[in-house]
Amino acid sequence: MTIDETTHELLDEHEDLESFRQRARTWIRANLRVVEPGKSREGVLRNDRNDEEELAGVAREREVQRMLFDAGLAGICFPTAYGGRGLSPAHQEALNEELVGYEYPARLQAPTIAPCAAVLLDFGTEEQKLRHIPAILKGEELWMQFLSEPSGGSDVAGALATAVRDGDEWVLNGSKVWTTGAWWSDWGLCLARTNWDVPKHRGLSVFMLPIHQPNIEVHRIEMLNGSKEFCQEFMTDVRVPDTDRIGDVDDGWTVGIRWMFHERMLHNSSYVTIPSGDAHAGIGNESVLQTARASGHLDDPRVRDLVGEARMLNRVGEELHRRVAQGVVSGAMSDQSAAVGRLFSGVTSARTTSIVFEIVGADGAAWTDGDDGAIAEIGNDFLMRQVSCIGGGTTEMARNVISERVLGMPRERTLDREVAFRDVPRSPSSAS
Amino acid sequence: MLLDLSPDQEFFRDTTAKFLREQVPAAELRRLRDHPAGFEPGYWRRGADLGWVSLLVSEEHGGGSISGDGLLDLTLVAYEFGRHAAPGPLVPTNIVAAALSETSSGRNEDLLAGLVAGTSIASWCYGEPRPNDRLGDIAMEIRVEDAHVVLNGVKRPVESADQATHLLVTGRTGAGLSQVLVPTDTEGISIEPMHTVDLTRRFSEVRFENVRISIDAVLGEIGGAGDQVDRQLRLALVIANSESVGAMQLAFDMTVEWAFDRYSFGRPLASYQELKHRFADMKTWLEASHAISDAAAVAVSSQSPEADELVSAAKAYIGQYGSELMQDCVQIHGGIGLTYEHDVHLFMRRQTVNRALFGTPAEHRVRITAIIEQGADAA
Repeated sequence: MTIDETTHELLDEHEDLESFRQRARTWIRANLRVVEPGKSREGVLRNDRNDEEELAGVAREREVQRMLFDAGLAGICFPTAYGGRGLSPAHQEALNEELVGYEYPARLQAPTIAPCAAVLLDFGTEEQKLRHIPAILKGEELWMQFLSEPSGGSDVAGALATAVRDGDEWVLNGSKVWTTGAWWSDWGLCLARTNWDVPKHRGLSVFMLPIHQPNIEVHRIEMLNGSKEFCQEFMTDVRVPDTDRIGDVDDGWTVGIRWMFHERMLHNSSYVTIPSGDAHAGIGNESVLQTARASGHLDDPRVRDLVGEARMLNRVGEELHRRVAQGVVSGAMSDQSAAVGRLFSGVTSARTTSIVFEIVGADGAAWTDGDDGAIAEIGNDFLMRQVSCIGGGTTEMARNVISERVLGMPRERTLDREVAFRDVPRSPSSAS
Repeated sequence: MLLDLSPDQEFFRDTTAKFLREQVPAAELRRLRDHPAGFEPGYWRRGADLGWVSLLVSEEHGGGSISGDGLLDLTLVAYEFGRHAAPGPLVPTNIVAAALSETSSGRNEDLLAGLVAGTSIASWCYGEPRPNDRLGDIAMEIRVEDAHVVLNGVKRPVESADQATHLLVTGRTGAGLSQVLVPTDTEGISIEPMHTVDLTRRFSEVRFENVRISIDAVLGEIGGAGDQVDRQLRLALVIANSESVGAMQLAFDMTVEWAFDRYSFGRPLASYQELKHRFADMKTWLEASHAISDAAAVAVSSQSPEADELVSAAKAYIGQYGSELMQDCVQIHGGIGLTYEHDVHLFMRRQTVNRALFGTPAEHRVRITAIIEQGADAA
């Protein structure tokens, strides 16, 4: 398929909301596949696809992203100069509403579009933006965050992966972890230490690098439920041209702060395309009711209370995210308020997983091949429950951000502030 | 509270806030504990001059809104009522005024004018005693006899019934609901004051024994008032939710200030991670409560098909997490938080009353399930 240049030229940058919605609706109905009712639920990081199916899913989503791009329905809030539409968050919301019940390029949203493309937009050079953002919006580049390290999850700025300058290049060594789907992704956004002789926040830089190259070994981590989507990468003398550095040398934390803001906004970011109501990771909007039906206990008053609670949390979450997004955009709330949405999502998703587990009773402990997705695997979902409170920054970190950055309470005492990073105490068992 | 107020709305909100700050500071609330009505008539009249009872009333009946959306404007008043634990029958007067404005055919002009001016009080008789005390249970009998209706039954809790000149009574006629506007001095009505947790709100049990009144007192259709009652319930929930959010906001702000101010072991409470994390949770519940309260108000005001679900989600969430927030505010204050001398209970009382009235969190959760079940069946 080629870019439909005429489509793009014909579209007015200031397309009004209703015509946009109408155009999106018509196009979606004519071009996208309907998600069968009851098939949208994927539980909590279910291990329900083999590699072949996973790759086919990725390929289809790249294709759908490209179709959206060609139809002028990708990058709604990205500037037109980089292949976006330059429209408002309300347009993105309209698209999200029209997408309900249809397939969409889920794997391309987080982390490719937010936070990675959003960070590029904030800090990339003109050349970097022109090279990558249109490619991302066309589904040609899938990005991953090379952020967390095995030595420390929440202490992101304590990165040990190191970049050393060598002429016009940098040489990277170290390990990154918790990259979802790195084995089928293309680019990594990497936070690395470029100076060990200054305090930790002042010695970091950000780079971009192709994931599939001889000097990067991608190892797939098996989660407790058998899922192998999370990866760990080992970088050995990876050479990155200085033109692929994002932001200033040793000023990577300035980038990192925005990076983490975009990560907390995630599905509530106006850069992201996601059917309305699907915004919360884990168990989706309709599935609690479906599960209650399938369990045969929808008439049980206790079950009705639980179903209502799950729905209540879901609706409150939607409105909270809308409020925070609105507040951050208008300036009524600080960027740090994104942590409020993040904390709510994590805790609520965990609670919803517990509710579903409670509803299915003994089927949560044992099920048969004859049980469908509304009943089967719910025990494994429950074991994976805490993923919503860990992935994307722990809820404990969100609580620190809310109390310290939103409410202005005193910072936790740390031993790594005013000393050179090489002198900071590290775990005795730390790998490097 | 809404994030994006217009300058007019902001001015309107601020006017009520200033008035309440001056007229009903904490000392005045404590004084009113022993006042039979819980508020002074002059206070209510002057508050009504600020628009407290006019926002759900059409312009032809002497009402009007600030923004064109009277219910959203009223949520600003309710929010300030919560922030000041303010006295006065805000919910019942507005409900009756809205019902009269909607159905009035000239008969009740004087009462409506009095409600808007704050010179008359009226209340809504909706809830009933055990065993008919679940959300939506109505056993009160409204029987038609020739050109009259006859009321038999008990209503409680009825707010400010002993101050009211009129009661809007919701009851059952056969399979349907009816509503009758009854003067409180009609023969057969007895009003017995109840105890309550709020300092200034007053509730009564109202008994109707063969209360006989002209059929002209029926508001709307006999046996066909179901939709009208649903609308009144939605309005009551929106007002009560906004008020609870205001009370939560004030208690939270007060407790944050305390955490900075209070030192233990040589450090402010605000420096302890255990407490910081509790504050983060409370802040999240608070923002979530603002968000769902406002979304429900918008949905009710615009008559969205999602209004019932959203307003129940708001009532269930704000009831449950509002109480968690209030009790945590007490906990973080320590012993002083449980004393009469401290102010935190003034706001906890208001949220507690609102949580229990017009359906508990559990009742609204179950109601949500019924709503989405119907939606799924219809789809």
